[in-house]
Amino acid sequence: MLDYILRRIITMVPTLLVISFLIFLIIELPAGDYISNQIAALRSSGEASAVAKLEFLRAEFALDRPFLERYLIWVGLWSGPHGFDGLLQGNWGWSFEFNKPVEEVIGPTLPMTIILNFTTILFVYIVSFPIGIYSATRQYSWGDYGFTFLGYIGLATPNFLLGLILLYLFNRWFGLSIGGLMASEYIDQPWSMGKALSVLAHLVVPTIVIGTAGTAAMIRRLRANLLDELHRQYVTTGRAKGLKERKLLVKYPLRMALNPFISDIGNLIPSLVSGSVIVSVVLNLPTVGPVLLSALQSQDQFLAGFVLLFVAGLTLVGMLVSDLLLAVLDPRIRLGGRAAS
Amino acid sequence: MTDARDTTHYVNPAPFNPIEDEVLTPEQERYYQASQWQIMWWKFKTHKLALWSGVVLILFYLCVPFAEVIAPYTPNTRDSEYLYAPPQALHFFHDGQFVGPFVYGQTSEVDLTNMKWVFTDDPNQVQPLRFFCFGTEYKFWGLFDANFHLVCPAEGGTMFLLGTDRLGRDQLSGLIYGARLSLTIGLVGVTISIVLGLFFGGIAGYFGGVADSLIQRLIEIMRSLPELPLWMALSAALPVNWSPVWIYLGLTIILGLLDWPGLARAVRSKLLSLREEEYARAAVLMGAKPQRVITRHLLPGFTSHIIASATLSIPSMILGETALSFLNLGLRRPSVSWGVLLNEAQNISVVTVYPWLMAPVIPIIIVVLAFNFLGDGLRDAADPYK
Repeated sequence: MLDYILRRIITMVPTLLVISFLIFLIIELPAGDYISNQIAALRSSGEASAVAKLEFLRAEFALDRPFLERYLIWVGLWSGPHGFDGLLQGNWGWSFEFNKPVEEVIGPTLPMTIILNFTTILFVYIVSFPIGIYSATRQYSWGDYGFTFLGYIGLATPNFLLGLILLYLFNRWFGLSIGGLMASEYIDQPWSMGKALSVLAHLVVPTIVIGTAGTAAMIRRLRANLLDELHRQYVTTGRAKGLKERKLLVKYPLRMALNPFISDIGNLIPSLVSGSVIVSVVLNLPTVGPVLLSALQSQDQFLAGFVLLFVAGLTLVGMLVSDLLLAVLDPRIRLGGRAAS
Repeated sequence: MTDARDTTHYVNPAPFNPIEDEVLTPEQERYYQASQWQIMWWKFKTHKLALWSGVVLILFYLCVPFAEVIAPYTPNTRDSEYLYAPPQALHFFHDGQFVGPFVYGQTSEVDLTNMKWVFTDDPNQVQPLRFFCFGTEYKFWGLFDANFHLVCPAEGGTMFLLGTDRLGRDQLSGLIYGARLSLTIGLVGVTISIVLGLFFGGIAGYFGGVADSLIQRLIEIMRSLPELPLWMALSAALPVNWSPVWIYLGLTIILGLLDWPGLARAVRSKLLSLREEEYARAAVLMGAKPQRVITRHLLPGFTSHIIASATLSIPSMILGETALSFLNLGLRRPSVSWGVLLNEAQNISVVTVYPWLMAPVIPIIIVVLAFNFLGDGLRDAADPYK
């Protein structure tokens, strides 16, 4: 098992490298950089002294170097103006817009992002599991049709629109603002029971909004898998021999249908994380979503780059966890060695 | 009648026809001689939901070439008398008398406490809609001037069936024009993604070896990336001073650029299995070049699958465009798409007062649902021999 975990983690390293390169490429796509744009603006207004200072800053952040060198400096594999000082050394870069280290800008939002994504995944698991089993065991019942219909609606409604609609309805019916992640009186207060409860209450709507599409997809998947198993002959044999329905279901078919269920969650994580970014913008949640949007709009490249990398890393970790879960559940993968990886 | 005790040998007097069992009924004959596409169509027809979704989509797509004629106004026509005017209800009877479709005129007054215009229906102003009429001027396809519409407001009247926005622009016309960009962006994006998917999947599946494992790795990495943040970053990189057409093309490329891995994976696995078929091997042995083997012998075997899975990825592109435009990162005015229209609804306090700004949500949901059903139906029909 330890062997498997280790191997699985090691394969993540090259993936992360490729991803970081792709991300750096993307954030460097716009013409110029934050500082050279400022220089151009200052030049046109004729402020020469400020220009010199900004030129100095450009050199300071290695923005005047060639592309590949800049990338390696950002990651921390190349000696920059201050020696090896990049992501690997724990320096997340500098946010030009806020004039602060990136760490300070997004530090507070990171735990919230992780909490939000974690609760969403939990929500998807908890809701889709019983409904999937119900739909499969009572195929073509009214409940099954109802959930299928709801599922289609959930799949078709883009999550940010669902957020917008819920925001409107809550405002309309309860006069309640569901934006933000806690009631306004708790902002900047130390953690207390009341604050934790308030955060929990505010987590409900975003979790549902982000998780709906995924839940619908998982229900569909689990239902199909379980139905395949339930029509196998061993189930008929078991039933003929007088096995209790409950035991008959739980003992074999459910275990078989569980594997794809777990591995599919891994495939779902990228879209969940995607959803959390845009829903956070709509519902005004203090996660990395709104930070990313403003950073992209103002071309605050290191901030945007780090957020993108963080989001991608979060996805990778999520997929890792789902793979490990799968290994725990399925001895074929755990012991299968090379075949599994 | 043969009796159990009757031991005489019975011989059928009718002449014996050895191929009697193999003679096909006309229906069977038709089935066996039909082309693959013909059989797919028969199979698809039985899937009623998919069929109707197709019809709905065709209706929506009619807005693409004929937006100018269908819409009563142009999307950027401003009526400063009617800012944030609520939807006008369509009536048929006035004072118990049948008039045909008409709307009541609206009178407006300022509500100084809430600082907004309040519109009320004026029951004395009956404004019957005109059909096949001449109204607001437009440039048909941007080429020649015209003013013919399917439906127009009464002379001197208004017709805001879905209300107006902040600048007094008609929402319904916006939706009809918006369909043009919103609906085509998915098609163009999917075309790009199919080309990329065929290229990479084709190389991986046909040549195998190093190319295969490299492309496999790339696909895995791309699939583990969250799409939307990358779309956001890429479209933020589009220069602001580009013309709307270029922004549109740029967006389609961005949407297609991240979507191909799923298709490439399907192409690869299909190719791997088809490559082993005897007819493919025969072609190789007869000296056909890889390009010919792939395009002439292998591609026709899974075109239907590609079409089906492409249909299923169109909705995610439509939603992607909507999300980007909603966030101000995609299309901007004067281009009109459903995402651009929704952009007006970004501020929740505005939406609470003027809920009709959320109208674009409805066509988006209908189109996405229809594409999903259609794709499901096509996928089932793609394997007609099952």
